[in-house]
Amino acid sequence: MTDKTLTRMDLSEAVFREVGLSRNDSAQLVESILTHMSDALVQGEQVKISSFGTFSVRDKAARVGRNPKTGEEVPIQPRRVLTFRPSHLMKDRVAAGNKK
Amino acid sequence: MIRSELIQKIADENPHLYQRDVERIVNTIFEEITEAMSRGDRVELRGFGAFSVKQREARVGRNPRTGESVEVEEKHVPFFKTGKLLRDRLNGK
Repeated sequence: MTDKTLTRMDLSEAVFREVGLSRNDSAQLVESILTHMSDALVQGEQVKISSFGTFSVRDKAARVGRNPKTGEEVPIQPRRVLTFRPSHLMKDRVAAGNKK
Repeated sequence: MIRSELIQKIADENPHLYQRDVERIVNTIFEEITEAMSRGDRVELRGFGAFSVKQREARVGRNPRTGESVEVEEKHVPFFKTGKLLRDRLNGK
């Protein structure tokens, strides 16, 4: 394990290396891909990337939560949450790559 | 939305690019994220979310059919946490 954190910059760099677009264009493409995915999710659509995984939006009902410090009850509004389900291929690759 | 629809949207917005290059761009991005996690790295995409690897401890499991005990080895699993901006957008903020 190398324990590094990659950012948009590293993804743009990979696009730059792989396709030979300018760094600026590569960065913009990374951004528009993320924007399109986010927009679809905000519309309530599922985003399914074969051999990568599926992002889906779930509705959560309202419930009564508790402030763990004070014990005070606080109402939690109904909300939408995003879940990511990795593909089998991704799970296998992540498990194999990190195996000791 | 599936991978090919995402590719199509990007291709429509970038008529100066060949379709096959758009495919390579989209594929490169997802491949890069999976590769990073296979090395145990994190990928943090501010506003969208962060991909990381979680370690699951070894445990003694049970075959649900036979009730037999089985050793389950320690393993690493992919994990995604939604970014604040996207979480807020999902809730109309």
